[in-house]
Amino acid sequence: MLFLIAQIGRTSLRQLAGMGQMFLFLLSAFAWAFRPPPRVRLIIQHIRSIGVDSLSVVLLSGVFTGMVLGLQGYYSLRKFNAESFLGSAVALSLLRELGPVLSAFMVTGRTGSAMAAELGSMKVTEQIDALYSMAINPIQYLVSPRIIAGLISMPLLTAIFDVVGIYGAYLIGVGLLGVSSGSYFAGMQSSVVFHDVWSGMLKSVSFGLIITWVCCYKGFQALPMATGVGQATTESVVLCFVLILVWDYFMTSIML
Amino acid sequence: MIRVVDLHKAFGRQPVLKGINLDLETGKITTIIGGSGSGKTVLLKHLNALLLPDRGSVLVNGTDITKIGESALNNIRQKFGVLFQGAALLDSMTIYDNVAFPLREKTKLPETEIQTRVEERLAQVGLSGMGYKYPAEVSGGMKKRAGLARALAMEPEIVLFDEPTTGLDPLLGKSIHELIRKMHTAFGFTGVIVSHDIPEVFKISDRVAMLANGVIAEVGATQEFVISKNPVVRQFLHGETEGPLAVL
Repeated sequence: MLFLIAQIGRTSLRQLAGMGQMFLFLLSAFAWAFRPPPRVRLIIQHIRSIGVDSLSVVLLSGVFTGMVLGLQGYYSLRKFNAESFLGSAVALSLLRELGPVLSAFMVTGRTGSAMAAELGSMKVTEQIDALYSMAINPIQYLVSPRIIAGLISMPLLTAIFDVVGIYGAYLIGVGLLGVSSGSYFAGMQSSVVFHDVWSGMLKSVSFGLIITWVCCYKGFQALPMATGVGQATTESVVLCFVLILVWDYFMTSIML
Repeated sequence: MIRVVDLHKAFGRQPVLKGINLDLETGKITTIIGGSGSGKTVLLKHLNALLLPDRGSVLVNGTDITKIGESALNNIRQKFGVLFQGAALLDSMTIYDNVAFPLREKTKLPETEIQTRVEERLAQVGLSGMGYKYPAEVSGGMKKRAGLARALAMEPEIVLFDEPTTGLDPLLGKSIHELIRKMHTAFGFTGVIVSHDIPEVFKISDRVAMLANGVIAEVGATQEFVISKNPVVRQFLHGETEGPLAVL
């Protein structure tokens, strides 16, 4: 019994220490982001890898999410003779929830995992030690630019996901199922307010932070063994998904 | 001058260094030898504070680098060049950019001057015209040469070599040793080599220290070291399984 309590205590302390380390890592990344030299070129490079390189997967998932919403929404609303509300139902669900969350999932899978694997491999092959030995802080060189790029790229990708999703639903609802184009957009105009757009964008910024922070941290913690990088990558993706969903709930409950 | 005083380091419950005392003389090459897992690389990583000790000090030109802030430590780190075991070249950059990297980051030299310096270093290590290649596209020996060119780019006072010939065939290993000696003659740095490559590494060493059981078992000039009567040194140099050193 005593052994069990000791084990629980040890595990809890280890988890707590890990969380503390993660927060210190984030604080350090923010502190280094404001110290010279400015890493503009690196930030642009990472905006390209997080934003531009994720564009195709975000477009594809956005259009199909919209199409599914169009189909499901149409048949659900038809039961109440409310097909004209299809536009507002699609827009609200995409802008408030699905856009930020699904685009964050796509970026986690596409870029976050690659980020954790790249940094993990750098850790294992002593490239991070090499930066320290050249008097270059790896947090400033490797982490801060990625976090800034994530904060910039994520809301842009979410905005693209939302727009593509709305047109995907339009394609099905208006083009295939016969909802009038006017009522599709008029319903959207009358029900969507700026707060809906703003809350979705705020969520996407925070998801950008979560993805880059967690993936960089896990990469830096990769163990120097054959499974180290793989394990860091898997852990980063799983933790991102969980944190995105948990944080989404809290943000939704605050901003409703 | 680097002075290591009463250095202790443990990983979890496993003590690795148990009170290292060692002076590394300025302008000389000191080689640290010892069995696998004896803590040679751990000791080397303490010399430029890549690892911090549990107890003890590392004095570089009189400054204890285990007790200074990041900014002061970075100033001292700029005196060091390091050749890592796997060269640790940044894989996202070409060899040219790897060698230019510390110059671009830590100096305000114009790009033309950087180009001259990088090409000079690459020529010195026999990699002229190979700068456009990425680390993944070159052999292990070439990576080590490129790593050496990067380590010497800033003309450091102290260069640390972590097993510079591990994984290379005997001829390549010999050529890396010759290169280290040639660079030492050209730059006059203080060199610290961690190596298993016995007796080849003795040809380029001014002094040798042996690490065993977490302490320095013997240190001295190379000629004296090889004829040492210390049973630990004799057992290791002659590759005997019987003796004071536990083999398994």
